[in-house]
This record gives sequence, C-alpha cells and structure tokens, in this order.
Amino acid sequence: MTQAQQHRSTPASVAECRDDFPALHQDINNHPIAYLDSAASAQVPAIVIETIADYERHDHANVHRGVYTLSHRATDAYEGARDQLCKFINANNRSEVVFTSGTTESINLVAQSFCRPQLGANDKILITHLEHHANIVPWQLVCEQTGAELVVAPVNDRGELEIERLYELMTDEVRILAIAHVSNALGTTNPVHDIVREAHSRNIPVLIDGAQGVPHMAIDVQALNCDFYAFSGHKMFGPTGTGVLYGKEALLDAMPPYQGGGDMILEVSFSGTTFNELPYKFEAGTPNISGIIGLGAAATYLESVGMPRIAEWENELLDYMTGRLEKIDGIRLIGTAADKASVQSFLLDDIHPHDLGTILDHQGVAIRTGHHCAMPVMEFFGVPGTARASLAFYNNRADIDQLVDALEKAREIFA
Amino acid sequence: MIAADMESDDVRDLYRELILDHARSPRHFGKLERTTHSAEGINPLCGDKLKLYLDVDSADTILAAAFEGSGCAISVASASLLTDAIVGLDAAQAIRYFDAVTSHLRGDAEVQEHLPVDLGKLRALEGVRDYPSRVKCATLAWHALHSALCHDTTPATTE
Repeated sequence: MTQAQQHRSTPASVAECRDDFPALHQDINNHPIAYLDSAASAQVPAIVIETIADYERHDHANVHRGVYTLSHRATDAYEGARDQLCKFINANNRSEVVFTSGTTESINLVAQSFCRPQLGANDKILITHLEHHANIVPWQLVCEQTGAELVVAPVNDRGELEIERLYELMTDEVRILAIAHVSNALGTTNPVHDIVREAHSRNIPVLIDGAQGVPHMAIDVQALNCDFYAFSGHKMFGPTGTGVLYGKEALLDAMPPYQGGGDMILEVSFSGTTFNELPYKFEAGTPNISGIIGLGAAATYLESVGMPRIAEWENELLDYMTGRLEKIDGIRLIGTAADKASVQSFLLDDIHPHDLGTILDHQGVAIRTGHHCAMPVMEFFGVPGTARASLAFYNNRADIDQLVDALEKAREIFA
Repeated sequence: MIAADMESDDVRDLYRELILDHARSPRHFGKLERTTHSAEGINPLCGDKLKLYLDVDSADTILAAAFEGSGCAISVASASLLTDAIVGLDAAQAIRYFDAVTSHLRGDAEVQEHLPVDLGKLRALEGVRDYPSRVKCATLAWHALHSALCHDTTPATTE
C-alpha cells in the first residue's frame, strides 16, 4: 500500500541495505549479531513490517466479500500484492500467481491437484537426490496413493546433479520432474533452463522448487518456461506463512481445486458447486491477507535494490566466505559445486554441528546445524548433519570474519 | 574484549572438562555380553541417536550398562555418565535418578529442592539449563533408560 508503493531510492551499495533490517541492529551475547541463517528464514526489512502494521491499523477487513470501504481497501492491497509478485517473477498474467502458505503447500497442491488425477501404477515421478524434504515427501504421498514410482536422479561428490543421468531417467513414464532451483543444504544451483528444455523435449512438465532461488537471483518464469515454480515469502524477506505457486494458466485451469471452502466458489448448492476462476479456485478460505500484503512489499523492495546487484554482491561474499573457511585447519567443506548460491555447509574436526552452533551463538553468530530437512543429502555424504552458513545481501565481510573467529574459538574449546 | 572473554568462560560452563572428557572417550561404549533390557533414544532436532543396553538380574539390580550411537558432545557425555551412574542400582532407584536428573536439567525448581538422589558427577551437565534447545541432548539417554526399564518398545524421544 502507500508505503510499499513509494519509490525507494537505490542505495549506493547493496551492503548499505543492512540498515533497512531492524533485527540486524542488536547484540547477541554481547557481540553484534552475525546472522548467517537466511536460508532457513531471512530477516524482514522495515518497509515490510510497516506495510503490515499500516494495513492492520487502517485497512483490516476480509477480502473479496464486503461492500464497505475497509474491505475494498483490503482487497485492493491483497490483489495489489498479486500484481507485485506477478511482475517480480515475470508471470504472463496475474491469474498464474496463486497465494499459498509457502513452498510446501505449493508443492503439495501440484502433487495432489495436477499429478494425482493422472497417475497410475505404471507412471513415475522424477526428483533428485538434492531435494529438501518438502520436494520429496509430497511425491512419496502421491506415489502411495496411486501406485506410481518415485525415481531419484543422482548427484556427484561435489554436490552437483549428474545431468546425463537425469536426462536418461526422463523416460516416457515420467509424469513430472520436480527439482530444486538451488539446493538448500549445499547451495548447488541447478541449470534449470537446460533441464526444462530437455524435459519438455520429452513432454515432461517441470516443477521448480524455488524457495532458495528467489532470494538470490532474478526469476523470469517465462524465460525459464517451467510449468510450475514454488516459493516462500519468508525466504525472500517477507513474512512466514506466505508463499506462491506460479503455474502456467492452461495447466492451472485444467486442475481440480486443492481445497474446498469459501472464496473458491462461484455458486454452492447441495446439488453441486461451481468453482471460481483462477487463481481464486486455489485460494479456499480467508487467506493470510496481512502476510501477503507484506510479501508484496518485500517483492517491491527487492526490485528497488535490484536482483542482479544482489546476486553479484552475494557471489562476491560467497567467494570470500569459502576462501576464509577453507583455510581453517580441520574444516571439511560439504557441497563444492562449480555453480552455487549463498550457502556453505561444513564440518570442523570431529565437533558435532550442534556443539558448534551453541559455541557460535555465544559469539553472536547464528548458523543452522543439523540435517537441513535434507536427510538424503546428509546420507549421501555419510554425515548425520552439517553446520551451514548462508548469506543474504545484507551480510558483509565482517559477518564472515566473526564466523571464522568463532570457529577458531570452538577449536580451542574442543582442542 | 572483557565481555568477550566472559562469554567464552560462560560457554565453558556448558563444555566443562568432565563433559569433554566423556564426549571424547565415552565409557561403556558398545554392546553387553548379556542384554535384558534395551531402548533407543532419538532426538529428531539434532539427529542424536543412541541405543542403551542394560543387564538386569532377577532381583531387579542393574548389573551392567552400555550404549552405542552418535550425537553431540552433550548427549554422548550424558549417556556415558549415565552408564557410570546406574550400575548397582535397582530399577526403582534408577527411575528415581531419571526423575531427579531430568527435572534438575529442566530447571524444575520445585523438584530440585527435594532431589531423591545425590547427582554427583551428573551435576557437570547442569550447564545446559541456560540452553533450552540443548536440554533435550542432555536428557536423551535418560529417556532411553526410562523406556528400557519400563519395556517401552517405541524409541524414546525428547519431544
């Protein structure tokens, strides 16, 4: 709304954007915070917080229902967010932008509504060994329901997809390929343009799990030509509990509703129900209105900073982080793909990742430790879990220096 | 700098020398010649996973205890200390230990005033009380002990 739509002057350097994030201006355990867990959840800029607060203070009402002023304002803001997101990912039209609670719901929606009706015992679903549990379990469920088979494309020991093997697995029985844009555990960026082209040449539709792609690079779903693109608000500096499913209009149009309820209908009687048009057919019940409005503000904010500049700065930071980490005695980097975004997983000596996490927290450094909701990836590398530092454009070299100092301290304690 | 030094002292209160020693060289690690009771403990947050083995005689006395598995320093040290502490106790005493240790580590004030047993070396674990997410690591083996003695067949979790 008003504040979100105000044009924001572009900062001289991307790193200056740190000032826009209130949570990054505090001390943790007497150290300035070094937040290196944006792949789990990114911090939220003031403009998003203010946009949500403005809506709750002045415009709160249900959407698509009332004939009074507040409901009009709420509806305009909610639908305005759809336009913002449509532009952000360059969808062909706004009815291809379905709001969900996050990537997980977006993928479940496709599994149940697009795949389930057409799947039988001889069909296959193709995923990869790199996937987050959210891009594994929904497919396992639909396979159990239909008798279809889940096929998993392998990775190499750098954490890169074995592309030729993936192409070989694209057989006639495959009904969908579901693949991460960027691996959350390893940071590997998959060559999704090429993969989509190859899949389409074999008539296989493609869903991209973009949860870790959207925060780090400009996304153009038309250029990608993917059939579905799923992502979450809270990974792209918006609120938790928000997300998007992009789908090609013709595919969404042909799909049955995922959930029944209010707002997704045109007419209901006990003899039958006519469903609403796209995208409302997939948005049953009162949505997360304030969250979606905040998500719209996040998208506009990111555009004002500029996704290409964000990608450039993050790549510079990732190189710096990898360079500093690999010089630490006793470190083992996990995930060393040639093309990566934002993430470095690692182990230090035989210190368990959770012990590292606690010691680092003591020095103001927040990292993720554990299996990162990607247990098959951990199994592949023969480890129960890793420590993972992940970057966003608000990070700087001082954050990385603080991480390295804290790791040296952990080595002292466990020496 | 002074503040930073205080911090590292602070974190050393969690990672005391006794804890690090038991984590590096866990006691009674492996299987027993005879196992009468066993249980698995899983901490899904951390991925800590251990299996506890007990040899309990007909008079309900714990003759031997051992464990296998992997986990963070806190969970391994806690399991190691457990196997040291419970040998020679009868099952009822061991359950009282379980109650005392878990309530002490959770910082449950009411129970702490009336601890039924002397915790001894187990007090080295009490640094976790300042780390809510790590209390589960420290109590995992104890939940497995409870399951084993109560013949609970589902893996113990700290959830």
